[in-house]
Amino acid sequence: MSKLHLDPQKVQRARDLAWGIAEDTQRFVDMHTTVAVERTICRLLGIDGVNDLEVPLPNVVVDHLNEQEAVGIGVAHFIGNAMIQTGKSPQEVAEAVGRGELDLVKLPQADDFKIKEVIGELAAAMVERIRKNRQTREDYLARFGDKTTPYIYVIVATGNIYEDITQAKAAAKQGADIIAVIRTTGQSLLDYVPYGPTTEGFGGTMATQENFRLMRQALDEVGEELGRYIRLCNYCSGLCMPEIAAMGAIERLDVMLNDALYGILFRDINMKRTLVDQYFSRMINGFAGVIINTGEDNYLTTADAFEEAHTVLASQFINEQFAIIAGLPPEQIGLGHAYEIDPDLKNSFVYELAQAQMAREIFPREPLKYMPPTKFMTGNIFKGHIQDALFNAVTVITNQKLCLLGMMTEAIHTPFMSDRALAIENAEYIFTAMADLGSEIEFKKDGIIQQRASFVLDKATELLEVMNTQGLFRSLELGTFANIKRPQDGGKGLAGVYEKQKDYFNPFIALLHPTGGVQ
Amino acid sequence: MSSGAYSMEEKKFDTKLDLKAVRPYGDTMNDGKVQMSFTLPVKNEERAAEAARVLARKMGLVEPLVAERKTLDDEFTFFVVYGKLTHSVNYEEVQVDAVEIETMTMDETDAFIRENFGRKLVVIGASTGTDAHTVGIDAIMNMKGYAGHFGLERYEMFDAYNLGSQVSNEEFIAKAVELKADILLVSQTVTQKDIHIQNLSELVELMEAENLRDKVILVAGGPRISHELAKELGYDAGFGPGQYADDVATFAVEEMVARGMK
Repeated sequence: MSKLHLDPQKVQRARDLAWGIAEDTQRFVDMHTTVAVERTICRLLGIDGVNDLEVPLPNVVVDHLNEQEAVGIGVAHFIGNAMIQTGKSPQEVAEAVGRGELDLVKLPQADDFKIKEVIGELAAAMVERIRKNRQTREDYLARFGDKTTPYIYVIVATGNIYEDITQAKAAAKQGADIIAVIRTTGQSLLDYVPYGPTTEGFGGTMATQENFRLMRQALDEVGEELGRYIRLCNYCSGLCMPEIAAMGAIERLDVMLNDALYGILFRDINMKRTLVDQYFSRMINGFAGVIINTGEDNYLTTADAFEEAHTVLASQFINEQFAIIAGLPPEQIGLGHAYEIDPDLKNSFVYELAQAQMAREIFPREPLKYMPPTKFMTGNIFKGHIQDALFNAVTVITNQKLCLLGMMTEAIHTPFMSDRALAIENAEYIFTAMADLGSEIEFKKDGIIQQRASFVLDKATELLEVMNTQGLFRSLELGTFANIKRPQDGGKGLAGVYEKQKDYFNPFIALLHPTGGVQ
Repeated sequence: MSSGAYSMEEKKFDTKLDLKAVRPYGDTMNDGKVQMSFTLPVKNEERAAEAARVLARKMGLVEPLVAERKTLDDEFTFFVVYGKLTHSVNYEEVQVDAVEIETMTMDETDAFIRENFGRKLVVIGASTGTDAHTVGIDAIMNMKGYAGHFGLERYEMFDAYNLGSQVSNEEFIAKAVELKADILLVSQTVTQKDIHIQNLSELVELMEAENLRDKVILVAGGPRISHELAKELGYDAGFGPGQYADDVATFAVEEMVARGMK
């Protein structure tokens, strides 16, 4: 039931423009691979572990191809060939490469058809494992039921996976539905994924496959005890975006931050690199049943939430189209936004309500991911608790789905256990008190809220028009978007981008994408 | 209840303000009332509440009142505790090393720069080290500023460069040299296990090694940065909550004049 009466033709126009932007970019994506994509293929073929120097074996193998300028042919080809020539498993092949005993490029080359057959079998086995993980999640949800109200999403960030587990279990008992393990700062810029359980991190904990496994196990245990399925969230962004997606699919994560635009603008990651990486990672997330979260909230930590509201909407439109191209259904596209409006602005709550309701109506099936105030949080924790309460009110009134709870100590430190408990208490109180308020109210015709939503949509459409004409790469170069300029051939990770050669193959695209990757 | 938040008894203390013995103020002079909260890693039971009261007494609180205790997990309990502080402070003897200046407005600062330097001053800012938060540096640097105080980008006489977050100390110094910066602003927002102190010290050491330290005004800022801490770490000043771009700008330009910088 619409409360805003946005013009459906205008919404469609914006969506069409965004589709054009994404589709044009996808042509570039389809022609390229990256070192991260190839390392992901290694992982999905079962290659794991590190060499004597702690270098992950997927890096060892892909670096080995990189040195011989063979990445564009695809690692799957070389692993398959080596398996045929040596009779070894992919893991043994990788170990032999690590010891310098095997040169993948210099081996005699088997018949292409045979290579594809060998690799195809392995790939199918891994895909089956991921499908079973998805089934396990669905079984849990069938047994325990799933929430129809907003998911309470909280973070843990101790730096130590074992301490994180203590905090996460407590949070689940207090009522959390999603536990996000914040990554240690700087991990997004590492061009490898660390290995094993970790106990040191700053502002967060390393994303490693073992840490994923440990936390998954802990949340399953506490979920059994509580009779609820506790979702686990991590971050597949940065230079290892698709590898982390693969690790998450293997260890049954449920939610993943996954947004190339965020990396380009805020981490200065090369746009070509991360858009190619994003496509494969979203495809993996899609198949694994993972809800992705996009990072639009971040625009507002630097730009003004009132003046730049339309950039958030424009980015949501673009992110939606990139997700659809990668095969994600709307139910897994967690578009992001945030309550970052200046609390001193008159009617700030009213404008925020308009923005959140607008996102809800334009993306009716998407589980929107709503971020709490951060920019205007201060050392006044008492006021902060109220700011978070207003955020919770907008969440429940406009039915946002993934509600990342604000902490009153946001501006001071990573959350204490008690901060999290008080935040959950705040949210549960408001979600209960205002449970049906959203369905009871209508907005005044042509009042502040309706006019604001319509204005933001018009401005977003104007921006999308320009970007559609310029193309995404050029728009990012010119700073059309979010007023941040990023050169096409600048930023981190460009050296890892390769044009696919004639015989390139990635066995997983056909298996993971609902249409087999055919647009 | 022998005592409590609403106890009407025991108001025998002297209700005159004595600067030689200042105590916290609840609703009556010298009542010493303090509120606090903390978590103990024990089960929520009567014994836990008593343990919280014992701790409060050790902190110098008399008649501690556990107003609330809440289970966070089987073995974790959260307490809200009130009490009367027995300690007092001789306010006349308290010394503080704070930035004490008359803050100039943006226009006044611009005029001050024109008069004293006759050129634009170059200021660069960053959230350095592993800190990914730009809230603090943005509040000082961005055109729009924060809470009605315009950021340095809006000042006519500043060339302001905001390098954003996760800038390594080495990169920061390289940029300072490249831009011939006069004023360096370092922000540390959310930190863990006091990493910000290590990071702030490292920057000073690197600058000293490059023989740069004396050539610039170096300022630290963030919610956990005090002027005293910043000075101790080798900075010219430290700015914390409630201080804005105009405070930082005033300090920096006056300090440049005081140090005879051109």
